[in-house]
Amino acid sequence: MSSAVEDTLTVRVWEALDTVVDPELDQPITELGFVEGLDVTADSAGGRRVRLRLRLPTYFCAPNFAYLMVADAHDAASAVRGVSSVRVELEDHFAADEINAGVAAEAGFGGSFPEQATGELSDLRAAFRRKAHLACLERACRRLIDDGWEIDALADGRIGDLPASQERDSLLRRRSELGLRTELDAPLFVEDSGDRVPSDQVAKRLRFAKAVRVSIDGNAGVCRGLLQTRYQRIAQEGEG
Amino acid sequence: MYRKDGENYFVVDSHVHFWDGSPANQANRYGKGFIECFFDYHRNLSPEEYHWPKEKFEKYSEETLVNDLFHDGYVDKAIFQPTYLADFYVNGFNTTEQDGAVAERHPGKFIVNGAFDPREGEAGLARLEALTERWRLHGVKLYTAEWRGESKGWKLTDPWAYRYLEKCEQLGISNIHIHKGPTIYPLNRDAFDVADVDDVATAFPNLNFIIEHVGLPRLEDFCWIATQEPNVYGGLAVVMPFIHSRPRYFAQVIGELLYWLDENRITFASDYAIWHPKWLVERFVDFQIPGDMQGEYGVLTADTKRRILGINAARLYDIEVPAEVAAQLPESERAGGGLVSAPRVPA
Repeated sequence: MSSAVEDTLTVRVWEALDTVVDPELDQPITELGFVEGLDVTADSAGGRRVRLRLRLPTYFCAPNFAYLMVADAHDAASAVRGVSSVRVELEDHFAADEINAGVAAEAGFGGSFPEQATGELSDLRAAFRRKAHLACLERACRRLIDDGWEIDALADGRIGDLPASQERDSLLRRRSELGLRTELDAPLFVEDSGDRVPSDQVAKRLRFAKAVRVSIDGNAGVCRGLLQTRYQRIAQEGEG
Repeated sequence: MYRKDGENYFVVDSHVHFWDGSPANQANRYGKGFIECFFDYHRNLSPEEYHWPKEKFEKYSEETLVNDLFHDGYVDKAIFQPTYLADFYVNGFNTTEQDGAVAERHPGKFIVNGAFDPREGEAGLARLEALTERWRLHGVKLYTAEWRGESKGWKLTDPWAYRYLEKCEQLGISNIHIHKGPTIYPLNRDAFDVADVDDVATAFPNLNFIIEHVGLPRLEDFCWIATQEPNVYGGLAVVMPFIHSRPRYFAQVIGELLYWLDENRITFASDYAIWHPKWLVERFVDFQIPGDMQGEYGVLTADTKRRILGINAARLYDIEVPAEVAAQLPESERAGGGLVSAPRVPA
C-alpha cells in the first residue's frame, strides 16, 4: 500500500519526465508512451526510491538517442525533491544492458560504450535542437502568414509580433535551449547562430524549415504507431 | 501492367526481397529483433486484409513471392535488393545468390542487384568482380549500418568505399542504392545522416545514387542534397504504405519530394514482403493530394504517377517500356515505341 508521500512523489516525478524529450521527435517521452512504468517505494533509510521503465518503438531504435532519453530521465527524476535514488531500465532494446548500466554508474556515454563511442553526445544533441528550433520557427511563421504577413516581411518580424500561443511558447523554449534571445523585441527569423536571415533568403529558409517540420511530425507519427503495434504483438506472444 | 481510366502504367518495383528470417536461420537475438522490427512495420502500415501470420512473414515461398508480385501485384519487373546481415543470420538474411537463383527460374521478371562491403578490402573487390560477372549486375544495394565483427557500420566517404565505387564504374554498375540504418558506431554521430551521399554524388557524377526510403527519417537532409546533386534519386520504399494509414503525411512527403527534386527522380518500391505491391499500386493510381493542400503542392497527374511507378526506374536500368505505355509519354520522350533516355540520366 503506497503512502501519500509516494503518491505525491509519483506525480512530481511524472511532471519532471514531461520535460524529457525524444531529441529526434521533439516531444516528451511521457506523451509518446515511452514511459512504461513508474514506481516510488520507501527505502530502509527512510528515503524514496524511484524505478522507471522505458520502452521504445523498435528493438533497433538508435542507441545514441536511447541513451540520451534514459540519461535525461534519470537526471530529471533525481532532481525531484524527496527522491533519494533512481533506477532507469530501458526494456526490449538491443543495447539495453550497456545503456542501463552506463547511466546507473553515471559513466557518461563514452563510458557506456567504451569500444564504440567517441566522446559525448553534446554535438548530436545540439544538431537536433537546431532542427527542433527550425520546425518551431516554421510553425510560428505559418501562423503569421495565415494572418496575412508577406513572407519577405518575416525578415523584420520580432518575437513580439507572434500572438500569445502554443507556437510562440514552443519557439521560445527552443530558442532558450539554443541560447538565442527570447525578449519580445528580439528578431524572429534568425539562423541557428541568432543572426537575422536577410529578406531575400527568408523564403528559401522557410521552405527548408517546412521540410524539417514535415519530417519531424512524420517521424513522430510513425514512432507512435510502431510502439503500439510492437507492444500489442509482445502482449499477444506473452499470452500465447 | 496496371490499367485504369484509360491510363497505362508500367510497374517497376525497385525494391523487393526474398529473405529467410526464420528462427532456424537467426544467429542471435539481433536476428530475432531485426525480423520482428520488419514485422511490426508490416502490420502497422498494411491494411488488415494484407496482414500475414508471423511464421509466413519470417519465411515465405518462392511461389508466394512470384504470385504476389507478378500475378496479383501488377509488377512488370522487380529489382532484388540484397540485405546480407551475415552477423545476424546463419545463411544471411537475403543474399545475391538467393535472389539470383529465383531470378534464373523466372526469366525476364527480375533484376538482380549485388552488394559490397568496403570493410572486405582488396579481397572484396575481387568478390564484387566475380559477383558482377555471375549475375551481370547493374546495381548494388549498400546497407551502411551492417555489423561486421567489431565494426558496427561504415560511411560512403571511407577511403575503401571510394575504391569500391571506382570499381563499380569500371564494371558498369551504375546504380548505387543506399540504405541508412540506425546502429552505426561511433554512436556520437547521427547514423541516419545522408551527408556522405553528397560527397560521393559529387565525386562520381557518372553513378546514380538512389537513396532508399528517401532518407527517412531525415527527409529534409535528403531533399537538400538531392536538389543540388542531379544524380541523386529517391526510392519510395517505406514511404508508399503511408498512403493507407496516413494519407496526409504521404501527400506531404510526395509534395516535398516533387518540390525539391522533380518527377523524374522518384522511384516506386514496395519493399516486399514488408508490403504488398497490389494495394500500393491501386491506391497510388487513385491517390490525389487533398484539396486543402493543393494550393501548396499542386496535383498529381497520371503522367507523374506513370514516371514514379515505372518509367524512372526503367531509365535507370535500361528496361524496355511497352509501346502502350510509352505512347502516353510526352512526344519528346518517345521513340519508335521505346524510350529515349532522359536528359538527366547519363547513358
